[in-house]
Amino acid sequence: MALLKTVNLRKQFGETRACDGVNFVVNKGEFLSLVGSNGAGKTTLVNLISAHLQPDSGQILFDDRDITFTTVTDRIKAGIVRSFQIVNLFDGLSVFDNVALSIFSRDGKAVQMAALADHDYDVRREAIEVLGEFGLTNKIEVPAGGLAQGERKLLDVAVAYALRPRLLFLDEPTSGVSTHEKAQIMDTVSSVVRRGMVTAVVIEHDMDVVFRYSDRIVMMHEGSFLADGTPDEIRANKGVASILLGAPLAS
Amino acid sequence: MKPDPNTPRNRSLLRLAAAMAPILLLLILLPTFVETYQIQLVTYGLIAAIAALGFNLLLGYTGLLSFGHSAYFGIGAYTVAFVVQHLGPHSMEFYILIGIPVVAIVSALFGYICVRHTRIFFGILTLAISQVVYSLVLKLYWVTGGSDGLRVPRPALLLGLLNFSGPRAFQQFITSYYYYVLAIFVVCVVLMWVVVHSPFGKALQAIRDNEVRARFLGLSIRRFRWISFLVSGTFTGLAGILWVPLNGLTTPDVLYWTFSGEIVFSALLGGFRNFTGPIVGGIVFTYLKTYAVATTEYWQLLLGVVLVTLVLVLPTGIVGGLSMLGLRLSKGRS
Repeated sequence: MALLKTVNLRKQFGETRACDGVNFVVNKGEFLSLVGSNGAGKTTLVNLISAHLQPDSGQILFDDRDITFTTVTDRIKAGIVRSFQIVNLFDGLSVFDNVALSIFSRDGKAVQMAALADHDYDVRREAIEVLGEFGLTNKIEVPAGGLAQGERKLLDVAVAYALRPRLLFLDEPTSGVSTHEKAQIMDTVSSVVRRGMVTAVVIEHDMDVVFRYSDRIVMMHEGSFLADGTPDEIRANKGVASILLGAPLAS
Repeated sequence: MKPDPNTPRNRSLLRLAAAMAPILLLLILLPTFVETYQIQLVTYGLIAAIAALGFNLLLGYTGLLSFGHSAYFGIGAYTVAFVVQHLGPHSMEFYILIGIPVVAIVSALFGYICVRHTRIFFGILTLAISQVVYSLVLKLYWVTGGSDGLRVPRPALLLGLLNFSGPRAFQQFITSYYYYVLAIFVVCVVLMWVVVHSPFGKALQAIRDNEVRARFLGLSIRRFRWISFLVSGTFTGLAGILWVPLNGLTTPDVLYWTFSGEIVFSALLGGFRNFTGPIVGGIVFTYLKTYAVATTEYWQLLLGVVLVTLVLVLPTGIVGGLSMLGLRLSKGRS
């Protein structure tokens, strides 16, 4: 069953068609990977769906409801949440506060001025539970700016996850870390997401990672979809292989 | 509901109380061993501390540098002066009761305009608006007294319970007013402490650190900045309300941009990254300025030298420097 659907979504930057009539479908409960070379339009697509950018034309449907013109806040309320390619944390706040803030925001408690944040035990319990799922329990009091890169990546996902999304976009959750850490991060992220029954779309470059964790893979090239299928189907697709290897596309 | 055993224990409240207690005791006993002039000076210092505390909600916690906080201080002071001129009772509580809503409304109005921008644009806007207020007060002399300002006689305190007349009226007023301001100061510190440790305060810090991410948590950035501005302006306005009966007179000087600069200076002096920084800064600045003015006619030069030294040597301010020193000492011991 489709959770998200885009209909003929277009976005152009000058001459570049970053999104060239994309019909993107995300099914409930799947772990989907969005792949493609740099500049293929993956991040643009996520930016459009998360309202970071406005499309030139086309439609975005979430739960069969047209959300094309809704705001960032509306989409987060609806359950569309994203993380960022470059780690985007509140470096001056503790690891705990980073996650707690998501929960406060989600529950509409962020405007409370006359209550102490640390004394909201419901939020505290949930934040600690989330941090536990991401293996960050012993870093709770550390300022986010003081974490190692791999931990920062995990916290970035945890902050997004704590909003309890229905559809979670992860923009390169493993970029900038060692191969060894990549596997660790993806193990953690995929198991948390699956356990929480959150539909996830991951932008990823490392094809080993993609093949290993995805239910479905969608491949973008120059603003449109080139291939869409299970890891096995994609592996067998010759066009995909040539793009991934950087060879010119044989028509 | 019981806290999770894994949860970080919140010791900061206790720490604040522990740090405050001896200082508070000292402040309470102060009038027994210093002369009236010193009490007056400390009162000015406490008022400056309230102003800087308010200012720092914007600078330290929201990441917005206002160069126009003289406006809220001045409007607080002038509101009291107008109440004295046109309305009835010479009661401090009455002044506060009228003054706070006025500064809150003005802060809300000006803040609404200013928070549409950030960084230098925000700073320039706040500066511009405060100078509009300054010019108006200077030019509308038939209402405001122009550069002569408006006189504010000593009000009665505690709903008329304390009246000041007779030969020792001045000394009595200063001592009583000192305790009055001290009590309000403590309330302000506690209130501000709660605000910065509330979910709202955390959200402000998040917005300060990373606006884009904060927006993608579903926080409406501009509204948070606006409310922060409103609270900040109101605190600084309250300082203006408290200041004017002590000074006995308000002139457009408190609306001029250099006065905004003094508030910024106070926060930098104490350290804007610490909760207690602006409090220490406000009090120290009051002394610094008083003695600089008394020592040399080039007092601005003296303050300038202090400011330059501060930025170069102690960028985290007095409190920031002290806590760093404390950290180094405790590390050296272990």
